[in-house]
Amino acid sequence: MSQFTPASALAGGALIALSLALMLIGTGRIAGLSGVFAGFLRGAPGDWTWRALFLAGAIAAGAVFMLVAPDTFDRVAPAPLWLVATSGVLVGVGTRLSNGCTSGHGLCGVSRLSRRSLVATGVFFVLGVLTATVIGHALRGAA
Amino acid sequence: MSTRRNDRALALACGALFGTGVCVSGMVRPSKILAFLDLRGDWDPSLLLVMGAALALQAVAWGIVRRMRAPVLGGRFPGPSTGGIDARLAGGAALFGVGWGLGGFCPGPAMVSTVSGATGSLVFVASMAAGMLGYQWLDAVAGKQDEAMTPDAKDAS
Repeated sequence: MSQFTPASALAGGALIALSLALMLIGTGRIAGLSGVFAGFLRGAPGDWTWRALFLAGAIAAGAVFMLVAPDTFDRVAPAPLWLVATSGVLVGVGTRLSNGCTSGHGLCGVSRLSRRSLVATGVFFVLGVLTATVIGHALRGAA
Repeated sequence: MSTRRNDRALALACGALFGTGVCVSGMVRPSKILAFLDLRGDWDPSLLLVMGAALALQAVAWGIVRRMRAPVLGGRFPGPSTGGIDARLAGGAALFGVGWGLGGFCPGPAMVSTVSGATGSLVFVASMAAGMLGYQWLDAVAGKQDEAMTPDAKDAS
């Protein structure tokens, strides 16, 4: 079912970094996606437009892939919907508490060797693996 | 004025680059992220290469930033992260990790994947937004309580 895709993983990773790097060098902003989205939801005037445009650009790119290569996306939910909803709430609250997700802490923070980001990334990787392997595996199987 | 326009154009372009990157890398598919996180499944190390390539380039970007005085379009570079390592950071990262392991969705790729109309993506992004808004609301209420306490504290001193 799953397969290792080294070339597209490296190319995609490079594009993600290019996006975050250009935002940083151009505007000084660390465009971690949970932070961009939370600020977009908060809707603070003066700080909203760039967030809306960044998200619009990302979604527009996704829409192009949906038109040209719909297999880019999963059609089937990865888990029962109650579990997906639970995971969404946990991700929403957790990323606000710790101020970052895979892009903000995992990429922007770790690459500058921020101690906070190294700790956060270590914690969410270990718990992500443990949860998916121990609990998630069983719960998803039960779906 | 033109700086502001450039700023907006850059945000849109960088958003498009990000969206393309998460599509190309396969990170928009929770099944691919779970194939990395779930060690008991058919293990797929792709996520490590996505992170590795991105981290290498991002480290170069920080190197460039260190030689610059200010961002190209104005503003300021972020200073060193000021907060300490506390329960809030670790607890938040732990909640995120558990949520990530249950669903396989990263916040950014999940938002991009809503274009597919897949129910899982829509439910995830809606509940993530609810979690963020709920947290912001609680945080604001707690902040108001702190403010309400302050005059008393001042009186007492």
